[in-house]
Amino acid sequence: MKRVYLDHIAATPLDPRALEAMLPFLRERFGNPQSIHSFGRPAQEAVEEARAQVARLINASAEEIFFVSSGSEANNFALKGLALARRDKGRHLVLSAVEHQSVLHAAKSLERQGFKTTLVGVDREGLVDPERLAAAVTPETALVSVQLANNEVGTVEPVAEVARLCRPLSVPVHTDAVAAAGSIPVDVRALDVDALSLAGDQFYGPKGSAALYVRKGARLLPLIDGGIQEGGRRAGTENVAGIVGLGRAAALAAEELESRSVRAAALRDRLIDELPRRVEQVTLTGHRSRRLPHHASFCVAFVEGEAMLLNLDLKGFAVSSGSACTSRALKASHVLLAMGLDHALAQGSLVFSLIEGTAAGDIESLLDVFPPIVERLRALSPLYTQYLEEKGK
Amino acid sequence: MNYTDKVMDHFQNPRNVGVLKDADGVGKVGNPVCGDMMTFYIKVKDERLADIKFQTFGCGAAIAVSSIVSEMARGKPLGEAMEITNERVAEELGGLPKNKLHCSNLGADALHKAIEDYRARRGEAADAKKKGSGPAGCCCPYCEGPMEGAEGLCRSCHIELEECPVCHKSTKAGEDACSHCGAKMPPA
Repeated sequence: MKRVYLDHIAATPLDPRALEAMLPFLRERFGNPQSIHSFGRPAQEAVEEARAQVARLINASAEEIFFVSSGSEANNFALKGLALARRDKGRHLVLSAVEHQSVLHAAKSLERQGFKTTLVGVDREGLVDPERLAAAVTPETALVSVQLANNEVGTVEPVAEVARLCRPLSVPVHTDAVAAAGSIPVDVRALDVDALSLAGDQFYGPKGSAALYVRKGARLLPLIDGGIQEGGRRAGTENVAGIVGLGRAAALAAEELESRSVRAAALRDRLIDELPRRVEQVTLTGHRSRRLPHHASFCVAFVEGEAMLLNLDLKGFAVSSGSACTSRALKASHVLLAMGLDHALAQGSLVFSLIEGTAAGDIESLLDVFPPIVERLRALSPLYTQYLEEKGK
Repeated sequence: MNYTDKVMDHFQNPRNVGVLKDADGVGKVGNPVCGDMMTFYIKVKDERLADIKFQTFGCGAAIAVSSIVSEMARGKPLGEAMEITNERVAEELGGLPKNKLHCSNLGADALHKAIEDYRARRGEAADAKKKGSGPAGCCCPYCEGPMEGAEGLCRSCHIELEECPVCHKSTKAGEDACSHCGAKMPPA
């Protein structure tokens, strides 16, 4: 059975060219970049080259890039590092309600240190209203954080507009671009944000390698204290191979992003147009056009996400679901609930996220395989029986 | 842990799926908030479960649990069917992942509710020994799963609960207002 991977949002495969770049640093070039001898120097140079590559992907300067271990660490670093540095000015955070857990839970952690959080809601398509967000800013606000794209529903948020409205209020703006960077053009100068998180495993780099951009001159407190790595902002011996892989993946993304996204968007649109035609009561989640090029997400009424996911897996298709049952917390997705979907519909969420190797034929087989799966599960569903009765069949 | 082969078998080929239009008893548990809903229909003959059908909205474990419960109960005397416990359901499936154990609670509960419904229709008192009917007859306000008195967390749907200071009923933790009386909840 052919296996088809449609779970970009969980992790992308490692680009063989990034792997090639990494290998010497897992073998003979094992030196510590902080060592000034002949083993350390090549490692140091490789880390600095990667920093420049990541900076180029988002139009930043190399000294504005800090390497970290994951998108979650980057988000924690931004929230805690920036907000705590400004806590004397105020202890208030403004976030969108659909932020990733690593932003929301970092804010919860800050709340235990006396911070207050205002969560700003989104519309039915997952879009935050920049005016409403700016209106939530008070003189006490230490940080605004709005994601660039949502991993569950694919919506691309108007971050530049948020930053434009926040600029006169002199409050720093962070954007979680983990789902976006490497997939859509990201320019920190055009966005005019003060901090931005990105992660290599979302654009064919290795896991365990991510970065936080922080605008030059912004005050940032370290999360990890120790040595002088990353300008003293993030101690710990560098993950050299991971950083090199991230840098190479960033360089490749910068070059190939446009062709990748044109290809992916065509397949995505086929799925978005066709799936609701093949199965009744299937709705797109997130914005139709302001969305990630590789991302198609739906809610399927009357059935639960994990049951669909398992059935698709048995047919060789690997996808994601934001349903309660796929997460250990057993709670429906906060993103879908914030968008105003009811619990039952939110339980039937599925995310198909395409990768570089996804072929048109893969999407066509998915479109063939999916309807009988839903039909079988609906035959089991008391909600579907109820729906048919109400429809008067 | 992952799902066992037996769970996957019952998930892919669930037994006794459907609706009994002329059921002698119907048991419903769960709601979409906790992600699982089950309805059991029973036909009773000579105090035995002559027929049993179910419908389930839920994850792989919930579907497998409903299927195995229907198989375990079919043809059994009512008293014996009432003895089917969550532990036995999970055991029969070769185990369930820890965070899916609540699904086995729902399966046995739905069956027991259907039997109680049958008895109530015949004017018999509900079985006082029904598992989960705690001292306060407490059940989760969200999934209606059994709760032993005032617990902070529903074992069935894993929703965190707190007591409303005004009406003293359990309501979902972290909400601004009590879901029963609308009173403002104190901050956590």
